[in-house]
Amino acid sequence: MKASITLTVDGRERSLTIDSRTTVLDALREHLDVTSVKKGCDHGQCGSCTVLLNGRRTLACLSLAVAHDGDEVVTADGLAPEGERHAMAQAFLDADAYQCGYCTPGQITSAVGMLGEVDNGHPSAAATDVAAPPRLDRAEIAERMSGNLCRCAAYANIVTAIENAHAAQDGALR
Amino acid sequence: MRPFTYTRADDADGAVASVTADREAMFLAGGTNLVDHLKLGIAAPSTLVDVTGLTSDRITDVDGDDGQEGGLRIGAAVRNSDLAAHPRVRAEYPALAEALLQGASGQLRNMATTGGNLLQRTRCAYFQDRTTPCTKRSLDEPCSALGGWARYHAILGAAEDDEGLQRCIATHPSDMAVAMSMLDARVQVLGPEGERTIPIGEFYRLPGDDPTRDTVLRHGELITAVDLPPAPIATNSTYYKVRDRASYAFALVSVAAALEVDRTPDGPVVADVRLALGGVAHMPWRAHRAEEALRGRPATEENFRAAAEAELESARPVESPAGGNAFKIPLVAGTVTAALRRLAQDPSATDGVSGESA
Repeated sequence: MKASITLTVDGRERSLTIDSRTTVLDALREHLDVTSVKKGCDHGQCGSCTVLLNGRRTLACLSLAVAHDGDEVVTADGLAPEGERHAMAQAFLDADAYQCGYCTPGQITSAVGMLGEVDNGHPSAAATDVAAPPRLDRAEIAERMSGNLCRCAAYANIVTAIENAHAAQDGALR
Repeated sequence: MRPFTYTRADDADGAVASVTADREAMFLAGGTNLVDHLKLGIAAPSTLVDVTGLTSDRITDVDGDDGQEGGLRIGAAVRNSDLAAHPRVRAEYPALAEALLQGASGQLRNMATTGGNLLQRTRCAYFQDRTTPCTKRSLDEPCSALGGWARYHAILGAAEDDEGLQRCIATHPSDMAVAMSMLDARVQVLGPEGERTIPIGEFYRLPGDDPTRDTVLRHGELITAVDLPPAPIATNSTYYKVRDRASYAFALVSVAAALEVDRTPDGPVVADVRLALGGVAHMPWRAHRAEEALRGRPATEENFRAAAEAELESARPVESPAGGNAFKIPLVAGTVTAALRRLAQDPSATDGVSGESA
């Protein structure tokens, strides 16, 4: 079955006609040439396809595009409008958190979405008291980022990068 | 992947009618499990009826009119991350918030819904691999986990088919459902004949003579909401999950526990207790026998362990050269004991211990 849908991708409205089986990931990469979002496992296990869908981090590989007609998608590309590096990407660069780089767009997008979740007071499994407001230490960052796998195992630097980016937001987050 | 028609009904009644009319139609919610199954060829629906906009994505206080004063109604489309973040869930049902937060990843919790999570299918590697026989996919096939890699498989409730033979040892994967079983959640369902309420203790089924069916839901029945009855005991509750890595993995064994302790001159006594186990059975396993063994008894580590062992008397581990699961019996006993020991701690005590065994 074919369907015509519209997605707002990285700030631009894009219309396309797709087979109903097409995921958001394949719609972006194969139909709209948005290759900043990466296909890793394609089964929801690695996080490399993470996008912000209506502002929340989401796995594009497990989302059917037809179910997201009219939705807003932000990829790592969209975090750097006009080519200006996003603060999170700069923090990754400063902390040497890139290595092979394949997981990086998903890591950065996930980190940006994750800080928004912390800002909204969402707890994590690393909390000793689930009812308390979150406090973002290294253990919290690691737990909250556990859906993004890095086969180079650059985790230590990724955690440092996110820690630094969070600190640089200057109290905007709890 | 088999081609399918995607539709979105105008309302829940229309969605139920659409799926009821077509044996091969399915509901689509968050898609975290179903879209994966489409790719793996485990599910091959003719039609997907998207219900994410048809059921509520709100969590509401339930007033006294229907006898549920103080409880919560969770719309079926509420995302796992939103449910875990809800102030009343965190304060009054912490075991549920903890269970949700120990499930999946941040991305998946933003996608998965309450209704969909209850219907998550087993993560048994043989079920998910279409090239290996699996009696849960087809009654005509044998179980590959028996004699295979059974590390994540059931030790309780899987043995009782008509001939006393084990047919399917798959486990239910949801952490949320274990906490909801402990909390006596009530599943609100809309079907072709109207609405019905299913207590969660009657919602799931053991494999019995038909391992292909996970629940008592009939084709076309849609979960619209889940109600949490008021449960003061749950303010002192927790979820312990044991797995092969620290995060983002399914449970080898998990425990949802709630405990109410009377502080008597002779020491703390169990006034009431609720226990449910994950990773051990085809469904979330409410540990009624352990609960009965504990009520009215001193809240000691020795009694916690004895109660867990009473529950495990019917356990039947699988021996397998590729990896059996007999280790789960002491693991369950230890995890139950650890969870209850923490819940038994006297919050007013400065040394953080309680009872003669602590």
